[in-house]
Amino acid sequence: MTIETTAAQTAAPATGETVTMTYSEAVRDAMRIAMAKDPAVFIMGEDVGTYGGAFGVTGELINEIGPDRVRDTTISELGIMGAGVGAAMTGMRPIVEIQFSDFTAQAMDQIANQAAKIHFMLGGAVNVPMVIRAPGGSGTGAAAQHSQSLEAWFVHIPGLKVVMPATADDAKGLLLSAIDDPNPVMVIEHKLLYKTSGEVRTGDIRTPLGVAAVPREGKDLTIIATGVEVSRALEAAEILAADGIEATVVDPRTLKPLDSDTILRTVKATGRVLLVQEAVRTLGFMSEVSAIISESDAFGYLRAPIKRLAGLDIPIPYAPKLERASVPQVEDIVAAATDLVRKW
Amino acid sequence: MNTQIVANRELAAASLATMWKIRRFEEAVEDLYGRGLMHGTMHLSIGQEAVPTGACLALNKDDYITSTHRGHGHCIAKGADMERMMAELLAKETGYCRGRGGSMHIADTATGNLGANGIVAGGVPIATGAALSAKMRGTKQVAVSFHGDGAMGEGAWHEGVVLAAMWQLPVVFLCENNLYGMSMSSEKAFNLDQLSDRAKGYGIPGVTVDGNDVQAVYDATKEAVDRARAGGGPTFIEAKTYRWRGHSKSDKNLYRTRDEIDEWRGKDPIPLFEAQALAAGGLTQADIDAVRDNVRTELRSAVQRANAAPDATADDLLSAVYAR
Repeated sequence: MTIETTAAQTAAPATGETVTMTYSEAVRDAMRIAMAKDPAVFIMGEDVGTYGGAFGVTGELINEIGPDRVRDTTISELGIMGAGVGAAMTGMRPIVEIQFSDFTAQAMDQIANQAAKIHFMLGGAVNVPMVIRAPGGSGTGAAAQHSQSLEAWFVHIPGLKVVMPATADDAKGLLLSAIDDPNPVMVIEHKLLYKTSGEVRTGDIRTPLGVAAVPREGKDLTIIATGVEVSRALEAAEILAADGIEATVVDPRTLKPLDSDTILRTVKATGRVLLVQEAVRTLGFMSEVSAIISESDAFGYLRAPIKRLAGLDIPIPYAPKLERASVPQVEDIVAAATDLVRKW
Repeated sequence: MNTQIVANRELAAASLATMWKIRRFEEAVEDLYGRGLMHGTMHLSIGQEAVPTGACLALNKDDYITSTHRGHGHCIAKGADMERMMAELLAKETGYCRGRGGSMHIADTATGNLGANGIVAGGVPIATGAALSAKMRGTKQVAVSFHGDGAMGEGAWHEGVVLAAMWQLPVVFLCENNLYGMSMSSEKAFNLDQLSDRAKGYGIPGVTVDGNDVQAVYDATKEAVDRARAGGGPTFIEAKTYRWRGHSKSDKNLYRTRDEIDEWRGKDPIPLFEAQALAAGGLTQADIDAVRDNVRTELRSAVQRANAAPDATADDLLSAVYAR
């Protein structure tokens, strides 16, 4: 397991500096850093090698690290996931890439019945330190089997941790934390975010799991959003500000474990809450957030009913107009927020 | 030429002891369950003892196995402690899983056992992963995936074998063909003369052996393990045997005849092995009696100590879900 010089250099400690890079590059940077530091870390998945990944995320890592640790597989999601579990139980730290999060359905036994349960079920005798990276979300015209937002499935399985990075810096920092973690961590990236750019801290940095981000603070309402809806919420907040409505925006970043403290604190401060998710509405992650708020003392601070804005309860359709109409857009957030503040 | 187990006093005694341990452990489990002293469910492998016994004899302590819902035999043959196993089944804090797993989830990492599994074929790709890990770490360890004939209808079996063959991993896929996947006869289920015919389609060697003959299972496993350790990739082994008891407690044996069960009881691997060992001079009748009596005493003591242990506690359930 030789380590290329370029990779070793990138693994320099955090410098406090930032550099502009895309979300996709940030994910790659995290994997490069982790692999340079620890020979147990390796990537495994369909077309992650020479092809560079279905979304180009692994890129040229195979040339830097070699085919042993940037490992192309057959089209066998269940087998890949099982191999990841077995490797993780025996001293390796696999990063399993699933091309589209929809394909986790093919691998669900190994995710839900094996990876998630082994530590508990075996009385703590074994850990499964595995990362599963899977792009989710709609917006690419790939229709119903390539566009779902399935995070609630994974949050519903005790034993898994679930993160949804919304910025390039979090894509890097959360992934490095996920790789460190002794548990299976599902990292749901968003395919629309891969090409977006942001300032990313250089070197071996971390974004801790279980800590929400509050990228904007305002007095009138709290918008809690995940994944691609975070950038939509921030864009909506700009528009709302021009209309005199000041919004706080909360990005949980980690869905499990969830930073309920930050959610409740910001809800108490504004007294109005708008929950925004791309996933279908019924029993979505924001249903849980709504319940957490309702069951807490923050309930007494509410000046308006909790409002959920979510994807329609339908498979994602192909036609661009239909696809766009299926999930919350910036204008939907603006309208719902305005309604909440003006009516209540 | 492999070691002739039946002619080697030490190996013959150890093998006979392993088979008796499995038999006595499961008889005790059946008895405790029948008397209402054990709850849950369990799957007994009585009649199949020669397979894990012969296979694990070909393994080093640090080699890996993955097992099945019918896993007591694999666990014991790989070296697990019967008291901790029994404590687990009796829902005790001292059990292998602290009462969280039960019969279907016993693992013993100290002896390389990565766990029984409640999902048919669930352990197959996990064994592939353990073998991948051994190869990447350069340890020369080998993984054995014990599975039943029923597993060969699962997609996980296919995908686990495909990856192992592509990467030429040090893994042995060992099918205990006990002739039924619950009630489905393997003869009906698979359009093959023998299940090892399937290996060719995966580009790996395949062999069928008498699963009631410790020596035959050992020989096939030893050859496969030696090849795997030398970098020669995976092997598939079909060991033909028979489950005397029902699939689980709900089984009314409607899918097979009493004659068939009796016929296989006549092929009991334990007396078969004893006769071979006597004939080959590996064991005397006195040795055989001593092995049987010692195991009975050991098992009785394991049950007593397990029974006396504290019940599993619910105090820290929530904090036990995630590793720290």
